[in-house]
Amino acid sequence: MAQLIGVPNEVAEDEKRVALTPETAGRIHKLGYKLQIEKGAGESANFSDAAYSEAGVDVVDDVWASSDIVMKVRQPTDAEAGKLGAGKTLISFLWPAQNEDLVKKLSAQKPHAVLAMDQVPRISRAQKLDALSSMANIAGYRAVVEAANNFGRFFTGQVTAAGKVPPAKVLVIGAGVAGLAAIGAARSMGAIVRSFDIRPEVAEQIESMGAEFLFLDFDNEDAGTEGGYAKPSSPEFREKQLELFRGQAAEVDIVITTALIPGRPAPKLWLEDMVKAMKPGSVIVDLAAEQGGNCDLTVPGERTVTDNDVTVIGYTDMASRMAAQSSQLYGTNLRHMLDDLTPEKDGVPNVNMEDVVIRGCTVVKEGEVTFPPPPVATSAAPKPVAAVKVDPEEEARKAEEAAKKASITKGIMIAIAASLLALIGLTAPPDFLSYLIVFILAVIVGYYVIWNVSHSLHTPLMAVTNAISGIIVIGALLQVSSSSTVVQVLAGLGVFLAAINIFGGFLVTRRMLAMFQKS
Amino acid sequence: MLSQGSVTAAYIAASVLFILSLSGLSKQESSKNGVFYGVIGMAIAIIATVLGPGVTNYLLLIPLIAVAGVVGWYVANKVEMTQMPELVAILHSFVGLAAVFVGFNSHIDGIGKYVGAERTIHNVEIFLGVFIGAVTFTGSVVAFGKLSGKMSGNALTLPGRHMMNLAAIAVSVILGIIFCMGNPEPHWPLIVMTVIALFFGAHLVLAIGGADMPVVVSMLNSYSGWAAAAVGFMLGNYLLIVTGALVGSSGAILSYIMCKAMNRSFVSVILGGWGGETSGPQQEVEGEMVPTNVDTVVQQLDDSDSIVFVPGYGLAVAQAQGAVSELTKKLRAKGKEVRFAIHPVAGRLPGHMNVLLAEAKVPYDYVLEMEEINDDFPQTDFVMILGANDIVNPAAQDDPNSPIAGMPVLEVWKAKNVVISKRGQGRGYSGVENPLFFKDNSRMLYGDAKDSLDAILKQMD
Repeated sequence: MAQLIGVPNEVAEDEKRVALTPETAGRIHKLGYKLQIEKGAGESANFSDAAYSEAGVDVVDDVWASSDIVMKVRQPTDAEAGKLGAGKTLISFLWPAQNEDLVKKLSAQKPHAVLAMDQVPRISRAQKLDALSSMANIAGYRAVVEAANNFGRFFTGQVTAAGKVPPAKVLVIGAGVAGLAAIGAARSMGAIVRSFDIRPEVAEQIESMGAEFLFLDFDNEDAGTEGGYAKPSSPEFREKQLELFRGQAAEVDIVITTALIPGRPAPKLWLEDMVKAMKPGSVIVDLAAEQGGNCDLTVPGERTVTDNDVTVIGYTDMASRMAAQSSQLYGTNLRHMLDDLTPEKDGVPNVNMEDVVIRGCTVVKEGEVTFPPPPVATSAAPKPVAAVKVDPEEEARKAEEAAKKASITKGIMIAIAASLLALIGLTAPPDFLSYLIVFILAVIVGYYVIWNVSHSLHTPLMAVTNAISGIIVIGALLQVSSSSTVVQVLAGLGVFLAAINIFGGFLVTRRMLAMFQKS
Repeated sequence: MLSQGSVTAAYIAASVLFILSLSGLSKQESSKNGVFYGVIGMAIAIIATVLGPGVTNYLLLIPLIAVAGVVGWYVANKVEMTQMPELVAILHSFVGLAAVFVGFNSHIDGIGKYVGAERTIHNVEIFLGVFIGAVTFTGSVVAFGKLSGKMSGNALTLPGRHMMNLAAIAVSVILGIIFCMGNPEPHWPLIVMTVIALFFGAHLVLAIGGADMPVVVSMLNSYSGWAAAAVGFMLGNYLLIVTGALVGSSGAILSYIMCKAMNRSFVSVILGGWGGETSGPQQEVEGEMVPTNVDTVVQQLDDSDSIVFVPGYGLAVAQAQGAVSELTKKLRAKGKEVRFAIHPVAGRLPGHMNVLLAEAKVPYDYVLEMEEINDDFPQTDFVMILGANDIVNPAAQDDPNSPIAGMPVLEVWKAKNVVISKRGQGRGYSGVENPLFFKDNSRMLYGDAKDSLDAILKQMD
């Protein structure tokens, strides 16, 4: 039975995104699902109910009660969590580490599964469903737009008849997806961009986006990464880092901070004294505001102006401010998630805990909390959870039928082989039978030895088997001492030909292999 | 003189060494050891046999083996890497011929020695061994002729060729029965059958088109193994049985792997020719081939960040592997990503391209298989095709009536720019028109691949 996916209206204030767009709806239909959406859910992202209807989505008043799967953007509120019934599936942002109570409440409903879009492992295969990256990309771009909006000057330097305008200087702290997107946007508006990140290996990425990497002379061997994210740094390192920022404070016009450490409050990197040192009219955009902010003066969700006329922007809904774009990207991420969940394209999700990506996202499975997942590097699941089968009887019956068919053919083959062998056994001399055993075993060995040969070695392999097939020389050798002259001559020729083959084959193989090398 | 027991012990050691040799060759790292094991195994086998009971004719043996060694050494060192396929093919023919001789000898020696079921089995073994040996011999000679260009690569399709093949087999079976019934066994059925088998082998390979030659070489490799195994049965020699079976089954599997790579059925390759399987007309190719020149290609190479070379048989013919290796080094030094895409059946022998590129010292980690690289073409800026044709033919995917429909191909047309280095406007080995050449993002660079690459290298400096 194809399941029904419902997309509710986002209830959080200022949340304009929606988890489904008319475009992704078409693709999800192809996976076999049916779709419904709450009236007006897409309105604030500029998707009308009519557009959804046209894409084959039922527009209804309430989706929670009737849907098998609920797809959302924000984590559910308490009230919403209570509406998720037993056996249902929820896919949305969840932040399970920060929202333990919510996870408990969800699991108490005994849902089929709860998948958190913020827990997608950072491996290349999962990039297409990495919603955090899509949202960060938008936030980075929007941060620059907000900064420009609040900045009283051009970004690009100009020499005009009315005088010379210096270019704006932008400092981007933290060069993750959001940071890099901000660098790109600021650069394309003409600003001079500098950037800093505690992970020295991203210097190349920063430079590739056209920004200058602020180099910190410090032996920061412990500033490594955990699954692609930054980890907390040592106090000494932090001191050095703040010193560097202090030096920049008086010089830059715009600061965009994006530093986050997963599962912790955002590190304070832009302190009050640095804000004080900035020129009037400067702008700080704090993309870490939701996690407490990188700047001392950030008020989450607000735009404030300090005494020395520095604007501090702490909006927490950057992505929502570009609702059409972010809905489209998030919707596509969700669509890819459903793609992974529905390999059979039968409209029934298979929460396969053997799949690293799905395992990583699954926070609740059959009413059990499965968060946190094991580290991605170890591929084995902690305990094998039986794959979900919609109709176990049907499956079992199918498997049985297939097995029956296979065993019938197998049985026939075995019967034929057995009767052939019996025939040979009855008539052939015992010597022949022992040759036959050796022959059959050797065929099987040959089969297993060759099956996994690497493609590039086919030619050398062929040359060497060719050389080995010169073993026929043994036959000729045994005949060469015959009393018959005819036999002697023929056997001599045989020895000669086979020996050429042996020498030539081995030598040429050696020559070929000597050329293989690794860079 | 060694006793029969010691000889058998030596045979066991040799069998194990041969198995180790083959398994060693399935990985790059262990491949050199693999050859070493093979050589040691062969040395043990020969020395034990020569010193064993029943071999006395040393005066004849030693010079024979010595001369053969020199000949083998000479051809192995003389041959160009591009001629590897021919060499392997002609070496197979030697094994086939040797099997024929041994079979005849076994017949002459064995008259009157056996009785009852044993006699029948012995005769069947001789008949089979000679048949397979003869087919291997002429088949290999024809394959050699086709590969070296001494014969036309086109498939020879005589009217009623399948009937002819069937008839040849049927007559051989009847001759075999006459041979077994006679007491003492008459010579003539064996001789007539040998002649038929010689024709049969030649005809079999003649009917197979040039594009299928890699599979044929591998099949002949397998046949030579079965011939050795048959000889083992007739002489009651375990080592020959084991080794022959090893070679036979490994060759058969290799052929199977290659057939799968080309999406061709094993049977239709063996029975020969492309013809007869397609229905309906092939799609017309529209558009025109647009030529380009060296200056433009150099410019494009300069502007591209990711570059893929697709080598084919034309590269081998033009001996351009050194030039392309040099170009790779230069482009890599400029920070560009340069890789090679190898189709499983590129060239005239499986792994042919890998061997050539290895000879030119292209590190093997830049050299990718079709499955590894096919998904990357849409992100590739520039693809240069060096003397390949059928393996990059989009008709295999687009045109169900194409003779190569369904064969997996390198999806080079998805890249931004494609340049095809080609000698002229002719078609590929399979004789199929290639719509790739007419695509909007394709440009033709006419001329010998080596000359073109050398010109590009000169411009790069």
